[in-house]
Amino acid sequence: MINETSNNSQLQNFPLGVGGFLDGGFSLFSSLVNILGTSTKNTEKLNALQHYFSTASDKDKVWVIAIFSGRRPKRIINSTILQQWCVELIDLPLWLFEESYHTVGDLAETIALLLPPKPPTPKGESQSGLTLSHYLEEFIRLEKAEEPIKKDFIITTWMQLSQEERFVFNKLITGGFRIGVSQKMMVNALAKTTKIEASTIAHLISGNWQPANINFADLLNPNMVSKDDSKPYPFYLAYALEDDPQNFGNITEWQAEWKWDGIRGQIIKRNGELYVWSRGEELMTDKFPEYLILKTLLPDGTVMDGEILPMQDLQPLPFSLLQTRIGRKTITKKQLQEAPIGFFAYDLLEYNTTDIRTKPLQERRLLLENIINSTLAGNQLLANTIQLSPTIQATSWDELITLRQGSRDMGSEGLMLKRKSSPYQVGRKVGDWWKWKMEPMVIDAVLIYAQKGHGRRSNLYTDYTFAVKDGDRLVTFTKAYSGLTDKEFNEIDAFVKANSLEKFGPVRTVKPELVFEIAFEGIAASARHKSGVALRFPRMNRWRKDKKVDEINTLEDLKNMLRIYGNKKDGK
Amino acid sequence: MDKVLDIKNSSVLENSPLGVGGVSAALLTYTDKGLYCQQGGFYIDPWGAVDKAIITHAHSDHARWGSNHYLCHHLTKPLLQLRLGNNNYQSTTWGEPVYINGVKISLHPAGHIIGSSQIRIEYNGEIWVVSGDYKTENDGLSGAFEAVKCHTFITESTFGLPIYKWQPQAIIYQQIQQWILENQANNTSSVLIAYSLGKAQRVIEAAATITNNIYVHGAIWNTHETLLNTGIHLPTVKKVTPETTKAELKNAVIIAPPSADGTPWMKKFQPYKVGVCSGWMQVRGNARRRNVDAGFSLSDHADWPGLLQAIKATQAERVLVTHGFQAVLSRYLTETGIEAYEINTPLMPPTPKGEEE
Repeated sequence: MINETSNNSQLQNFPLGVGGFLDGGFSLFSSLVNILGTSTKNTEKLNALQHYFSTASDKDKVWVIAIFSGRRPKRIINSTILQQWCVELIDLPLWLFEESYHTVGDLAETIALLLPPKPPTPKGESQSGLTLSHYLEEFIRLEKAEEPIKKDFIITTWMQLSQEERFVFNKLITGGFRIGVSQKMMVNALAKTTKIEASTIAHLISGNWQPANINFADLLNPNMVSKDDSKPYPFYLAYALEDDPQNFGNITEWQAEWKWDGIRGQIIKRNGELYVWSRGEELMTDKFPEYLILKTLLPDGTVMDGEILPMQDLQPLPFSLLQTRIGRKTITKKQLQEAPIGFFAYDLLEYNTTDIRTKPLQERRLLLENIINSTLAGNQLLANTIQLSPTIQATSWDELITLRQGSRDMGSEGLMLKRKSSPYQVGRKVGDWWKWKMEPMVIDAVLIYAQKGHGRRSNLYTDYTFAVKDGDRLVTFTKAYSGLTDKEFNEIDAFVKANSLEKFGPVRTVKPELVFEIAFEGIAASARHKSGVALRFPRMNRWRKDKKVDEINTLEDLKNMLRIYGNKKDGK
Repeated sequence: MDKVLDIKNSSVLENSPLGVGGVSAALLTYTDKGLYCQQGGFYIDPWGAVDKAIITHAHSDHARWGSNHYLCHHLTKPLLQLRLGNNNYQSTTWGEPVYINGVKISLHPAGHIIGSSQIRIEYNGEIWVVSGDYKTENDGLSGAFEAVKCHTFITESTFGLPIYKWQPQAIIYQQIQQWILENQANNTSSVLIAYSLGKAQRVIEAAATITNNIYVHGAIWNTHETLLNTGIHLPTVKKVTPETTKAELKNAVIIAPPSADGTPWMKKFQPYKVGVCSGWMQVRGNARRRNVDAGFSLSDHADWPGLLQAIKATQAERVLVTHGFQAVLSRYLTETGIEAYEINTPLMPPTPKGEEE
């Protein structure tokens, strides 16, 4: 339905009716962001990206690839200070800025809406004409600069830009550049523009590269891959299995494994160096000194895919322990003891310096087993840190279904099913790999605090805190933001507005009346929470309109769940 | 009547002059049926059936069915007849005083929609003005907002946050026109969502300068006919009926009320794009939530600078803020030296759906 002409005119259309169209540079990028952020159709987004990649300068294109694959320059200023500068410019009290922010739900947009209008450009003078790469390279240059210099740069820039461009510029500063585009979509658009295979592009743009120091041609040159020892392979991701796998055919064609609740990781050993990548393509080698010994034990030209997770004596520990490690710049000895990290290897992508991703899984698995066994033979102590992720033997689907019921006892969240003949593909692909998670645990709770949401939930009360009963008291135990329909959110929003008891800043205390079934994936003891428990992935499973507040679950119920399902060790 | 008790008991009201008897007797109080003038024995935009009702404008959250006597502007009367049927209506013109039980009442342009009026009441030298809904920009249809000097001003605050600053109508109209032209170039119809009384007439005017192929939803058609009969000049439009063919609708502009958005009624217009005309479109999240192709920040309410300008122009000693961001606006006014109070009316909560515009 969408042809070339419609594609062009969409780019000139400003769906939100702000700003005007300018050629090239930063305005071209901000109109791209506008379409990506507001369009409801993937074909439109793809067209907009293609159009961008065939129009923008090479330098800007490299930066767009960097930004949409999570490689943004470091924040040069925190949001509190940015907010202060805006408040100074607009001469409004801080509380009014905050009220505005809670209603808009996005700091970058709030500032863009509040700033005074851009002074008119004097006749005969052209627009600033600056480029995306100019601003981003300024961010890098000013990273260590004194605050007044940063302030001058940001305020000068604000005054050069239209409202729409200010929003995009602020987004670049504040981070969280989450607009409606996935890395996969960007890769597809690049593939169409450059005529290079999407999987090759995904590989080329992975790993360690600096947008400021590479040009477009080199970045997308398939011959450049081999020059970077640290370069990871794009991860192959599984889809969630909703039904029973009974129609998957013969179970012998499938490999079943436990599904671990850690961070997906790739361990690379090339030319005497070790690199550890997370699925978010963050280089994490220094965060896990436990793996350092692999630098001497693994043969060169080896790449393993597996799960980074806290474990002791081969027993997985709660995910929260891993979180205590990720955020730290330096790891203390105490942390190494309290949150020991291991690696469950489940795939081999490079063997003997050769990319073996097209070989069937069962062959890769055999090679992986060889590598792990010979590595462990070199150092038995290592067995506490690195292990093969075990496969599960079952002769029928029924047997596997029964075994799956024991997932939580294994410290896992369910099963992975992988077709033994499957190659290692790029990105999320349907068909060969499935994650088959356990049914979530559920508990009925009452909504007692509400706060306005962000993004498309701006100005709606959509962020809630829930409580269970403890005798006559209500004890909060979790927040949840997702799982309801827009209609339900609207209904609750109206209830919150009509039934607020008190206001604490942006938070409203709500009459305890609405009951929800909260679903979650895991439960662990927590000293930080009043209830003494922390939930994994809590969300609203359904609104229990049939239940009254005196019918909700109790703190005792939660503690029982913790006893039954909580991991045996909680790191205390 | 739980909700009404809530109003009476709310701590906000205890601090405000409303509902507190005594001292230079308040001219207006909130009762279970809404804003009431005891001295005159009448209500303004009552929430239920009363004896005497003065109506600011014909939107359904202000004009309700069941009262014995209605007083409104001449241009509002036919709209009330359309929406509420035949009742005992008395209509007047702007600035023409009407006396009820010795209370002097006059209506003044509010600029919100056709016929919309502020209500000025005067008794023993005390003057109160109820703004109803208003906007300060002259839209060319609704009359120019008039600042009326008073002691107490009751103002709405639908868009009472500094993030709401409208661009001039001419610019928004251009954006709408450009969007329609682009859709036409792509052989796509343009469905514009606008409240049937007020916004729809403005959007029709905007569209009519570039096309004469404008279709409207039945609800907008009825309003259109009524306004034409009242003598208002409006561009020619066609009604979408079951007989309207797909060929006729090709590349057309279709104006529809929010209630029609996303319903099977719109199927016939394929292929089409949807543009929503509402002040709420100022914030991206609202536009994204509504899944619209385009959002145009066109409002029939005053923006933040408009509210402040209007309030100052009344020179009121005391401002009562209702209907929207009352807490924010009243606090801001207080901090800038204007005595202000927020009035919470749970029966009329702000609903950011464009319906109340």
